[in-house]
Amino acid sequence: MVGEGILKGLAETARNFFGSYVSKERLTTVQYPEQRLPRIEAARSFPFLVYDGSDWQQGMRCVGCQICEKECPPKCILIEKSKDKKPDAVGKQQFYPAVFDIDISVCMSCQICVEVCPFDAIKMDVDVDLPTDNRFAGLLLDKQQLAKSNEYYHGIHPTEAAAVDAALAAERAKAQAKKPAAATPPAAPPSAAPVPEAQPVGGESK
Amino acid sequence: MSVTAYPTTPPILEPAADGSETQLLEISMGPQHPSTHGVFRMNVVLDGERVVKLKPVFGYLHRNHEKIAENETYLGSMPYTDRLDYICSITNNWAYALAVEKLAGIQVPERAEYLRVITGELTRLQNHASLIGFLLQDMGSSGTPLMYAFRERENILDLFEALTGSRMMCNYMRFGGCRVDTPAGWLEQAQKVVTEFPRFLDEYENLLVGNEILMERTQGIGVLSPELAIDSAISGPMARASGVNYDIRKVDNYSIYSRFSFRVPLGSHGDVYDRYMIRFLEMRESVKILNEAMRDIPAGPIVDPKMRIRGFRPKPGEAYGRIESPKGELGFYLISDGSTNPYRYRVRPPSLINLTVLEDLCLGVNVADVVAILGSIDIVLGEVDR
Repeated sequence: MVGEGILKGLAETARNFFGSYVSKERLTTVQYPEQRLPRIEAARSFPFLVYDGSDWQQGMRCVGCQICEKECPPKCILIEKSKDKKPDAVGKQQFYPAVFDIDISVCMSCQICVEVCPFDAIKMDVDVDLPTDNRFAGLLLDKQQLAKSNEYYHGIHPTEAAAVDAALAAERAKAQAKKPAAATPPAAPPSAAPVPEAQPVGGESK
Repeated sequence: MSVTAYPTTPPILEPAADGSETQLLEISMGPQHPSTHGVFRMNVVLDGERVVKLKPVFGYLHRNHEKIAENETYLGSMPYTDRLDYICSITNNWAYALAVEKLAGIQVPERAEYLRVITGELTRLQNHASLIGFLLQDMGSSGTPLMYAFRERENILDLFEALTGSRMMCNYMRFGGCRVDTPAGWLEQAQKVVTEFPRFLDEYENLLVGNEILMERTQGIGVLSPELAIDSAISGPMARASGVNYDIRKVDNYSIYSRFSFRVPLGSHGDVYDRYMIRFLEMRESVKILNEAMRDIPAGPIVDPKMRIRGFRPKPGEAYGRIESPKGELGFYLISDGSTNPYRYRVRPPSLINLTVLEDLCLGVNVADVVAILGSIDIVLGEVDR
């Protein structure tokens, strides 16, 4: 019968229309600024710099090694390494970034900076409320604006942050255990030298 | 199979019945036309309502993707591939990762292969769902089918966000595996979405598949012959709707597709209706693959442990990696000179190549059908223009 398909379609629309009065799961609209969806742990917006302790300048994990600056695909990071060293959160003398700027109008949230950072110093934020009336300076975040505490990091990515803390603690414990051991024998074997971090991989097996 | 010459000259038109002079009208559809799927433009020459000539104009979204990739590290191009076909970023990642893995001879762990299949097939579901929604929207069924399709797509995008951190720009694959493992409960959540998906397909089929108006609008419109499809290197659902049995998942058996039992649906007419229906059938097959993959997924590492993220230098050589993306054959051709960035990087975009037959499909149809034909080709301008 001509028109049967149309009627079938209209019945489906009617079922959806009346169903939305009965079934709560059909009402998926969220009244955005007032209501928010629960935060997703894996979500990512723009990078930030993690610091330990309470002082952002002292506790900053970043040592200005400029790896993320080199690896960033759209080149939105600008780092100037310091000339001097300062004690970090655990009192070790470290370089620090004299300038660390991220232009978030260029950043494409790919999180490659997070993956390449050997110090777990740069992580992805989840904050998306970043509108500004100044499209140049307002979107160029400096060191202070980027610095967020480790507690904040634990708040947004709890699982990941716990794993990072455990890894950092293990590394520190290893370094502590190594220090007296390295001091007692006068000549350490050359094989104990640190492994170079960038190794060409692939191609050999062919 | 004999290849027949296809008419490329416009048909000669008879003078009007009353002997009055008629004139051809050239109009520019796009680049801001709402149903040209982005910034695509067609210069259409019309005789009354009928199309006598059509010239596609691309390049409004050109952003020099290939040249940028030649100046980036191999990994640095991965987030840029998300932006090619922004509806299905995961399959773009996959094709690029496959090309680099071929180039460098990297093995992918078992669990990562399963994760790739699961995310890739979920991408196919959401791409096809949004495609049929947009196609019906273009043909004038204002809103309802598109909203139903987007309601389902939303569930899949939520899964992507929970897994990869981003809804559309997933940046999920890495050379030798995937970036992150599934968070706790993700597979169960995905299983729930996949189990409920056939219900949406049934609902959608009830909604419009038997609709007489839709059939009038789409059947016999924009017929693509199998000969022309083969000659112009058409791939993906568009070729299969014309009856060309060519699915790279079956032809190449890349990844672990040989382990799943699925069929390749084929059309017989090659018109807009077949191209529309083939997406439904493909989604049903994808659901089968997803169910099997989620049942069999093993535990284990998700990335080759030998793989370092920095300083990746494949030895000199060349490789072409291709997959069956939701739109067709998506390939990446790479030449390495042994440095950290590719010497040559080339994308074989299915959208662009499927779009090359647009004029052949549109000659002689009414101008309103051009929109339906374009919608059934399934293009994304991010990939067409690159």
